[in-house]
Amino acid sequence: MTDQMVGLPVNLAGFTKAEYKGVPSTLCQGCGHNSIAAQIISACYELNIVPEKVVKFSGIGCSSKSPAYFLSRSFGFNGLHGRMPSLALGALFADTSLKGIGISGDGDSASIGLGQFKHMVRRNLPMVYIVENNGVYGLTKGQFSATAEKGLQLKKQGTNPYLPVDICMEALVSNATFVARSFAGDPRQVKELIKAAFNHRGIAVLDIISPCVTFHNQDNTLHSYNWGKDHEAPLHEISYVPPRDEITVEDFEEGTTMEVTLHNGSTVVLKKLEHDYDPTDRWQALRMLEDAERNHWLVTGLLYVDPEEPSLFEIYDIPEEPLNRLTEERLRPSRASLNELNQSLS
Amino acid sequence: MTSDLQIALQAGPTSADGLKVNDFCITFCTINGSGSATANNAILRALFKMGIPVSGKNIFPSNIQGLPTFYSIRVSKDGWMGRVEHDDIVVAMNPASFAKDLSFLVPGGVLFYADDIRVPITRDDIVTYPMPIKKLSKESDVASNMRDYIANMVYVGVVAQMLDIPLELIYQALDFHFKGKKKAVDSNYNVVKAAAEWAGTNLVKRDPYRVAPMDKADGYIMTDGNTSAALGAIYGGVQFAAWYPITPASSLAESINEYLPRLRKDPVTGKYTCLVVQAEDEIAAVGMAIGAGWGGLRSMTSTSGPGLSLMTEYIGMAYAAEIPVVVWDVQRVGPSTGLPTRTAQGDLTMVNFLSHGDTQYTILLPGTVTECFEMGWRAFDIAERLQMPVIVLSDLDLGMNQWMAKPFEYPDRPMDRGKILWEEDLEKLSGQWARYADVDGDGIPYRTVIGNKHPRAAYFTRGTGHDERAGYSEDPDNWERNVDRIQKKFEVAKTLVPLPILETMEGAEIGIITMGSAEQAVAEARYALAQEGVKTDCLRIRALPFTQETLDFINQHPRNYVVEVNRDGQLKQLLTLELPARCSTLISVAHINGLPLSAKWIREQIISLEEKSS
Repeated sequence: MTDQMVGLPVNLAGFTKAEYKGVPSTLCQGCGHNSIAAQIISACYELNIVPEKVVKFSGIGCSSKSPAYFLSRSFGFNGLHGRMPSLALGALFADTSLKGIGISGDGDSASIGLGQFKHMVRRNLPMVYIVENNGVYGLTKGQFSATAEKGLQLKKQGTNPYLPVDICMEALVSNATFVARSFAGDPRQVKELIKAAFNHRGIAVLDIISPCVTFHNQDNTLHSYNWGKDHEAPLHEISYVPPRDEITVEDFEEGTTMEVTLHNGSTVVLKKLEHDYDPTDRWQALRMLEDAERNHWLVTGLLYVDPEEPSLFEIYDIPEEPLNRLTEERLRPSRASLNELNQSLS
Repeated sequence: MTSDLQIALQAGPTSADGLKVNDFCITFCTINGSGSATANNAILRALFKMGIPVSGKNIFPSNIQGLPTFYSIRVSKDGWMGRVEHDDIVVAMNPASFAKDLSFLVPGGVLFYADDIRVPITRDDIVTYPMPIKKLSKESDVASNMRDYIANMVYVGVVAQMLDIPLELIYQALDFHFKGKKKAVDSNYNVVKAAAEWAGTNLVKRDPYRVAPMDKADGYIMTDGNTSAALGAIYGGVQFAAWYPITPASSLAESINEYLPRLRKDPVTGKYTCLVVQAEDEIAAVGMAIGAGWGGLRSMTSTSGPGLSLMTEYIGMAYAAEIPVVVWDVQRVGPSTGLPTRTAQGDLTMVNFLSHGDTQYTILLPGTVTECFEMGWRAFDIAERLQMPVIVLSDLDLGMNQWMAKPFEYPDRPMDRGKILWEEDLEKLSGQWARYADVDGDGIPYRTVIGNKHPRAAYFTRGTGHDERAGYSEDPDNWERNVDRIQKKFEVAKTLVPLPILETMEGAEIGIITMGSAEQAVAEARYALAQEGVKTDCLRIRALPFTQETLDFINQHPRNYVVEVNRDGQLKQLLTLELPARCSTLISVAHINGLPLSAKWIREQIISLEEKSS
C-alpha cells in the first residue's frame, strides 16, 4: 500500500480497490471490454484475492490487450493469436496454487483458436476464461468474426454469408464444467458471474457480449448495446456468496432459489426469474441455447455448472508445493541411479 | 568428450584365413507389423553381449502392417557403425520383397529363407539355407493366434546356430526385451531352441561368416538416441514436457513417461516432479512448453520437421519475449510430409532462421546416443542461462536406431537456473528491477516467475514491442536497443555450447566438416581414404553459434569438405555466411535419399572432388 492509500477502505486481504487496477486502457471510449475490466477489478476486490496469486493470460486482439488494464500486481502474458490456452496450461502447472484468468475475444477463441479453446475446455484447466464477444475484428478495423450472425451487414465488408459459432454451445459440447453468458452492459451480473467463476474448480467459460462501439454497434445487430438491452433474457438473477460472508440463503424467498455449492465450499445462488432452470442439467442447457438461437434471445446467466468434475491439476500426481520452487536435489536423480541405468543397458 | 571414432581408429587388418569373423552386415527382410522387432533386437543384443561392436538400423515403411520392412545389423570388429550398401547375409521372410532382397547380397553371400516362399532364387553365386518356418512354429506350444509372431523366433534360432551365437545370450536378450516376464521369455526361447536344434541337425555350414566373442563392447551400453535424450532430460531436471505424436520423435516423450516412475518420484512427497502432457497438436505442445518455461519450469517439447514448422510462430515469440524452452527435432526427410520414416539432416537452415523477423538460435547437434544424453541435460542449463529457446537437432537414424555407445556420464556440474529473482532477491533490491534491463552487460536480463509474492515481482510479458520495464512500447529506440541486446546473448552462448570435436591425422592437408550422426560414416570413410593416402582432418560441429575452433579449422585447410544429409548443403551454407572470405574453400558433400550416408559414398565423392581440384 502506498502513502496515498492510507485511510482508503481495504478488503479482508488488506488491499484497497486501487491496488487491483491496471494501466490506463488504450481501447476506444465506451468499449464493453473496459466495463468488463472494471468488473474483474471489483470481483477480485470483493473476493479478497491477493493480486500476486492471479496470473493473467490473453491472445491477440482488442480483448487481449485488456489484461494490462487490471491487476497490475499480477503476472500477465499477452501471447499468440488463438493460442493462449496452451500457454496458460503450461504456466499454471508451475504453481497450481495460482488462479488463472484468460481474456480472449471472438476472433481469438471462435476462429483461429477454436481448437485450443475446446481442448482447454475438455481438459478442465482450472481458470476463468472470458470471451469478450463483439462479433467483429476491431484491431484490424472491422471484419466479420465467426460469432457474427448470418446476414449481418458491415461497412466495407458487405453481408456476412456464414452461420455463427456459439461460444457457449462449443464449450458445452466439449464438456465444459462451467458455462455462462452475460452482457457487458449488465455490470452487476458480469461481476457476480466472474466471482462464481473464480471459485469454480475447473474451467469457467464466460461468453460476455461486449459491443464494439466503433465497428459494430448498429442497433439491430446481436452484439450491439441496444439489441442486447432489448433482448437480454436473464435465466436467473445470480449472486455469489463468499465462504466467510454472513449472508445465507434465508435471505432469498423459499422456492425461488437454487443453490450450487462450489468445490471450495462457497456457493452460487441463482434466482429464477421466468422459468425453472436447473444449471446442473447439461441437456437443459443445450436446449436453452437452441431455443435462444431460434427465438433470438440473449440468454444470460449461469447456463451450466458441474462442481464435482476433477480439474486438470487433480489428474496429475504432482506435489502440492509449487513445482517451480523445487530445487536441484529433488529434480536430478542420484548418481547411483545412473550407474544402475548404465548397467541395465550394458 | 571423446568420440566413438576412437574405437574405429584401432581397426586391425581383416582375417586372412578366408573366414569372415565379426565383420559383416545381416539384413532381416520381414513384413511390417509381424513382430520381427523382438527377434531382430534379440540377435542384436546377443551379439553385443558377446562383446562385438554392433549397430542396428531399422529401414521401415510408413505403415502399421503389411509393407516390407528391413532391419540391418552391422557386426564390425573394427567398430564401424555407419550404413553399408550391401548385405553379406539376408534373412528373407517376405515373398513380396524376395527378388529385391536377393539383389543386395554380395557374391558369396548367404541367404536364409522361409521355405514356403515360392519365388525363384535367381542367383547362383550365393549360399542358401531354407528354414521350415511354418512347420517349426506349428510345433511350438504357443496359441495359434501368436504363431505369426513366434515364427520370427525360428530364424533367430537358425541364424544363432549357423553363426555361432550362444543360445544363453539369446535367452538373456529376450529376458531384457520382455523385462523379465518369464512366460513370454520361455515361450519365445523354446522356439529359438527348437529351431537351433533343427538347424544343427539338418543344415551343413557352407559359408565363411562367423561370430566369436570379443572384449570390444566391454563397458559400453546399447540404446537409441530418443531414449538417451529422454534420460538426459530427466537427469537435467525436466519438469514439464508437452508433445504431439510424430515419427520419428514419439518415442522420446514416451520414454520420459516410461522412466518417470523409476527416476522422478519426489524423495520428499513420493509424487512426480515432472509431468508429460500429450497436446492436441504441435502448436499447443510448444505453447504449453513455453508457458511452463515462462513459469519457471524446466520444460521441453519433442517433434520432427512438420511439427517444427507448426511451432515456428511460438518459438519466435519465445525468442522475442526471452523465455527458456528446449525443443528436440528428431529430423526426418522433408519438405512436406516427405519420407516420414527415413532419416535426414535437412532442418538446419530452417531452425537457424526460424520465425519471422531477425532471429537466431542456439542449436545443439548430438552425434551419438551418449551425446543425446549429455545434450539432454545441458540444453536446459543453456536455455535458462540465456533465456531463449534451445533447439536440439537429432535425426531418425540416431533417435530410433540402436547404437553401441559409451555409458552415460553423470552431469559434471550443478544445474544452472539462470538469472531468476525470488522474493528475498527483490527485497535486497528494494523492489528496484526491470525485466529487460541489461544490468550485467551480457545482454541477459533478470526475470521473475509466477508465484513470486513480492509486490514488485510481476511484469507483463508480450511478443510486442516493449521497454525495459516490459511496458508496451512502439518507440523506435526501444525496439532497436532491445533486439541489439538480445543479439549480445549469442556471445555468451558461444561460451556455453558443446565445442566441436577435432580429429587430426599426421600430414593431413584437407579438412572434413560434418555434424550429428553423419560422423559415423565419415569416420569410416576417413579410414579408407587414409589407406589410399588421402589424409584428412575432421571437425564435427556440435552447436551453433559457431565458435572460434570452427573458424580456425576452416582457415587452416585449403579445402574443407562439408558432409551432411540434405540436398542443399545447409551446414555449408551457414558456414559460408559465417566466413564469407573463405567460402571458396568450402565444398559441399551432401546427399539425401532417406538412408544414412555410407562410408563408400563419402569416400567416392571426396576422391572424385580431390581429382577435380588437382
